[in-house]
Amino acid sequence: MTVIKEVEYYPPPNNWVGRVGRLAMHACQQTGIATLLLIAAVRSFRHALTSRSRREILGQMYISGIKSLGVITIVALFTGMILALQTGIELRRFNQEVNIGTAVMVSMLREMGPFMTGLILAACVGSAITAQLGTMTISEEIDALEIMSIDPVRFLVMPRLIAMTIMTPLLSFYTCVLGLLGGGLVGMTQLGVSWEAYLDNATRFAEVKDLFVGVLKAVIFGILITVVASHEGFATTRGAVGVGLSTRRSVIVSFLLILITGYIVTRLFY
Amino acid sequence: MIRFEKVQKSLGGRQVLDGVDFDIQQGETFVIVGPSGVGKSVTLKHMVRLMTPDQGKVWVGDTCVSEARGDDLRRIRERFGYLFQGGALLAWLNLAENVALPLRENTDASEDEIQERVHRVLEMVGLQADANKQPSEISGGMRKRAGLARAIVGKPEIVLYDEPTSGLDPVTARTIDTLIEQMRRDMGITSVVVTHDMHSALSIGTRIAMLHDGRIVELADPDRFVQSEQPEVKAFLEAQYITRTGGWERKSE
Ligand SMILES: Nc1ncnc2c1ncn2[C@@H]1O[C@H](COP(=O)(O)OP(=O)(O)OP(=O)(O)O)[C@@H](O)[C@H]1O
Ligand SMILES: [Mg+2]
Repeated sequence: MTVIKEVEYYPPPNNWVGRVGRLAMHACQQTGIATLLLIAAVRSFRHALTSRSRREILGQMYISGIKSLGVITIVALFTGMILALQTGIELRRFNQEVNIGTAVMVSMLREMGPFMTGLILAACVGSAITAQLGTMTISEEIDALEIMSIDPVRFLVMPRLIAMTIMTPLLSFYTCVLGLLGGGLVGMTQLGVSWEAYLDNATRFAEVKDLFVGVLKAVIFGILITVVASHEGFATTRGAVGVGLSTRRSVIVSFLLILITGYIVTRLFY
Repeated sequence: MIRFEKVQKSLGGRQVLDGVDFDIQQGETFVIVGPSGVGKSVTLKHMVRLMTPDQGKVWVGDTCVSEARGDDLRRIRERFGYLFQGGALLAWLNLAENVALPLRENTDASEDEIQERVHRVLEMVGLQADANKQPSEISGGMRKRAGLARAIVGKPEIVLYDEPTSGLDPVTARTIDTLIEQMRRDMGITSVVVTHDMHSALSIGTRIAMLHDGRIVELADPDRFVQSEQPEVKAFLEAQYITRTGGWERKSE
């Protein structure tokens, strides 16, 4: 499959009913095209083991994973610290400070770990993917690949998708661990909860299911970010201004989808 | 060899091509001229199904490109080389790797063979010394020449050139013209050249087509093209100081 570039053009609507209808139609159309892109990318997984693809996937894993590690570390620590502090202040009224362990562990594993990781990756990696593919689209590099019978989806999207599907859960797990650490630090220094008591409490009530839900979310977020970013990149028109616009759209759409699917997954499992 | 049948195409709500008809013969250098934004690049893209017509058909040999899919499309595209307006090199590969890309991805050629061919085409476009540079380190004209090298490295039967000489200094521009003419003469390669440069068009074209308002308003060999009575053609030639005998007009006394 090749990249769908030409979409139907309709003249702009002139009343608000038309505008709402157009918006809905546009949303359906974009979802459809992005879904086809995902299917095409998954189908090209069978080329993932060639030596060029392996190198490319490793390169993308480095870019998407290792390069965002700095921001993720800081965000994760502070997320854990805020969670511990917030719940700790409330729990202290009932002399239940020790339970911050469970609070931090469970909300990091199920919600905040994948959520924070997703937001950061959408902002750092998704935007970069859109900007790069968008620039390639407007400078006819995507066209050039197609002429050479090099499938842009296999060449560009597949390695990024695989890299993100692997890296997002790993980073999400890393976020959880650091969040837990941050929570413990606050517990020890601000709330007088010892490290051992904190850890004991954290591991006593957390279930494997929490870990599983978190990993599942992270995998879904990784896929969403890559597909949205690639789709927006390929759909770029109108020069450098267009690249700016589609990068912005890519980040916004990823944020929204992360929020919505995060809610849906939690709802499905609890 | 390449035939357009009443091709219509609208883009962004504007009718860009409005019934374009022509037939390009094998071994000819077919030049398409016309003002900016008239749809010259769009016309080229239809030949390799980077765009499909709203109405009408595009034929390459006896296959209808606009309906080709999968392996058919791949076989058609293999016969083409395409020089894009800006070169369209991949930013993260150096020139030699860019030129080698189609060979690496689509053929079983050995690494030695690839190196040898890449070296030869880079030499043809005068870039042998810059093989290891990144696209961002070279000028626009050099990128275009590297794009040309990539277009011809796979030994295509038909080469499409989107403004091969714009942005080049006159001497380099003429070496590109010479290269196009040489490939036609020595290898029988069919070329389709899109350009604004009438001097280049008149010297290498076997036929010249003028695109205006979505249609071909003039299609003739160079000798007759300069004598055309079409007002758009006259204006285009006059703007480049070309007289109706194909000579050159001096404005100052
Ligand atoms: N993908 C696209 N989406 C919408 N409009 C497009 C697209 N590609 C081209 N157009 C429009 O089609 C028209 C013709 O474009 P084209 O690039 O063929 O011009 P051109 O003749 O090659 O001009 P130039 O000499 O400047 O390269 C322009 O008005 C352009 O805005
Ligand atoms: Mg053009």
